[in-house]
Amino acid sequence: MKPIKVLLAKPGLDGHDQGAKIVARALMEAGFEVIYTGLRQTPEAVARMSLEEDVDVIALSSMAGSHVHFCKKLKPLLEAGGLTDKLWLIGGCLPQQDHATLHDLGFKGIFPTGSKLDAIVDYIRHNARTA
Amino acid sequence: MNERAKPELKPVVNESGIEVNPLYTEEDVEKSGGTKLVGLPGEYPFTRGIHRLMYRKQPWTMRQYAGFGNPAETNQRFKYLIANGQTGLNVAFDLPTQIGLDSDDPLAEGEIGRVGMSVDTLRDFEVAFDGIDLDEITVSLTVNGAAAILIAMYLAMAEKRGYDLAQLRGTAQNDILKEFIGRGTWVYPVEPSIKLVGDTIEYCAEHAPRYSPVSVCGYHIRESGATPAQEMAYAFCIAKAYADEVLKRGLHIDEFAGRLSYNFNIFGNIFEQVCKFRAGRSLWAKIMKEEYGAEKPGSMWLRMIAGGGGGGLTFEQPELNIVRGAYYALISALSGAQTMALCSYDEAYTIPTEYSARISLRTMQILIEEMGLTETADPLAGSYYVETMTNQMRDKIVEIMAETDAEGGIVKLVSEGIIQARVSAQAYRMQRDIESGRFPKVGVNRYRNEREEDRPVEFHPYKEEDARVQIERLQLVRAERDQANVDQALTRVHRDAEAGANLMPAIVEAVKAYASVGEITHEMVKIYGRYREPIRF
Repeated sequence: MKPIKVLLAKPGLDGHDQGAKIVARALMEAGFEVIYTGLRQTPEAVARMSLEEDVDVIALSSMAGSHVHFCKKLKPLLEAGGLTDKLWLIGGCLPQQDHATLHDLGFKGIFPTGSKLDAIVDYIRHNARTA
Repeated sequence: MNERAKPELKPVVNESGIEVNPLYTEEDVEKSGGTKLVGLPGEYPFTRGIHRLMYRKQPWTMRQYAGFGNPAETNQRFKYLIANGQTGLNVAFDLPTQIGLDSDDPLAEGEIGRVGMSVDTLRDFEVAFDGIDLDEITVSLTVNGAAAILIAMYLAMAEKRGYDLAQLRGTAQNDILKEFIGRGTWVYPVEPSIKLVGDTIEYCAEHAPRYSPVSVCGYHIRESGATPAQEMAYAFCIAKAYADEVLKRGLHIDEFAGRLSYNFNIFGNIFEQVCKFRAGRSLWAKIMKEEYGAEKPGSMWLRMIAGGGGGGLTFEQPELNIVRGAYYALISALSGAQTMALCSYDEAYTIPTEYSARISLRTMQILIEEMGLTETADPLAGSYYVETMTNQMRDKIVEIMAETDAEGGIVKLVSEGIIQARVSAQAYRMQRDIESGRFPKVGVNRYRNEREEDRPVEFHPYKEEDARVQIERLQLVRAERDQANVDQALTRVHRDAEAGANLMPAIVEAVKAYASVGEITHEMVKIYGRYREPIRF
């Protein structure tokens, strides 16, 4: 079987990429194929790359507070691209009070600051390609 | 090496890769190079501090990072901090401003005023600094990709208020090379970005000679995963790249080196950090004097803000960050920093509230008022441990700088993403070490709370309507300004960029005509293009 393929994106204008790059390394070490987008991705770019690269997992890393705003714009684009059967997840500086909103928007995996790398790896391993 | 204490002990190696002994004696100092570079405060090579009397004459400037929402709200926070005893300002800009987008740019949507103050035109600076005495309170602008524009705006605002630019002090971060390594608010490709830093230094040397146009940041490189020794080594390599850019234009080193400043991080092992700063001071002085032929002592001074410490703070048990912040402040004070700012305890959650910002400010004030840290310069000098480690840190920094040069130099390594990949690999190993407990973090991999939900953090509110207000203000300025003036100024920006001239005079003219950050950036992008991030693991 081909390895699980993950798009790891930095949404919006946020320049804090230390966490995203750490997660990218952890996922690669776990044997996943990782496409790291680099900074400043628009919702359109994330949806397009997810479709073109035929990924199993769409993961966002947000540290500068615009996560809900971004996910609201991304959701309809992912739906329009027929990507609702993929695993959507988000990590970063995500206040507790936003978790329900993110979950309702379709981001089932939520990994706020303090999450363990192995927890992210295990979550993807168990939940990708099951939808 | 003390043989008596050695046998059954496990070796301890600090983050910079230097083994730490259980005991130090005079012999260790001698073996590491002796005390010939220790000297006196205020005298070359400035290991013990750049001024003779240090804090006895004047304590460090307290400069908490602040800014959010629109300029009027930020002005209120500034006044609150000043009323509470803060002695300098450190302005946070929102991300659209930092990367040269106007508030009505579609890419700015959802980001306006979120992590800093939103600025579109000179009008916003007039509001933000209203009622603040710019002689009394020096202002530091934390801006990089759009630095040339915001420096121009600051100078224009000060001039309009009647300040003499020949006397005006202040600082801009304006260190673009480190933005490519960490922090990420770049706009243009590497080469024109360095050229623009050169433009600001050259312009300020002539028009605002007491203004510090660049604060070279080891800070964010450390946050991205660098060791303390790499932090300082890479910062020095970057500062040299800027100095070389200015020297190409025919200036003498003494015409501008005195206004170069630094921004370093303070989390980690207390002694490793203090020695990093003492070592760095003597090394920078030597580089300026011997490599660059500087003659003025001021050109040899490593002037610095040593603060922050964000990378050491934790999401878990955030109240412990108040304690960490106090130790970090102690490091900064023992290191002879000119300026200090502390990350507040809640920064893993939110931008600081008034309450948490005040705790950071009071932490510094306690050190100044109660703890005796301002009485004596460089109080750790002469300690066998500190002098040995200072020598060893200096050797380590020199070694990393030499390696960097041997690999093709900092500009090449950053352009190709090699430094980024290196520090990011280190950050990954550190994260693994923290998760496994190999690298101790109290509250994270030791002494965890069973119940983590009782977090005493209050969230700074983000007001959606701020964005609308800011866009309306921008539209109002556009309606009121003399458009012919703006068009002419923007044409000049374009033309000077194309000609490779120093862009600052044209940018100053444009901001005075109330051209916006986005409009000016747009003209520059037409000539310079945009940076494309190298992705390398």
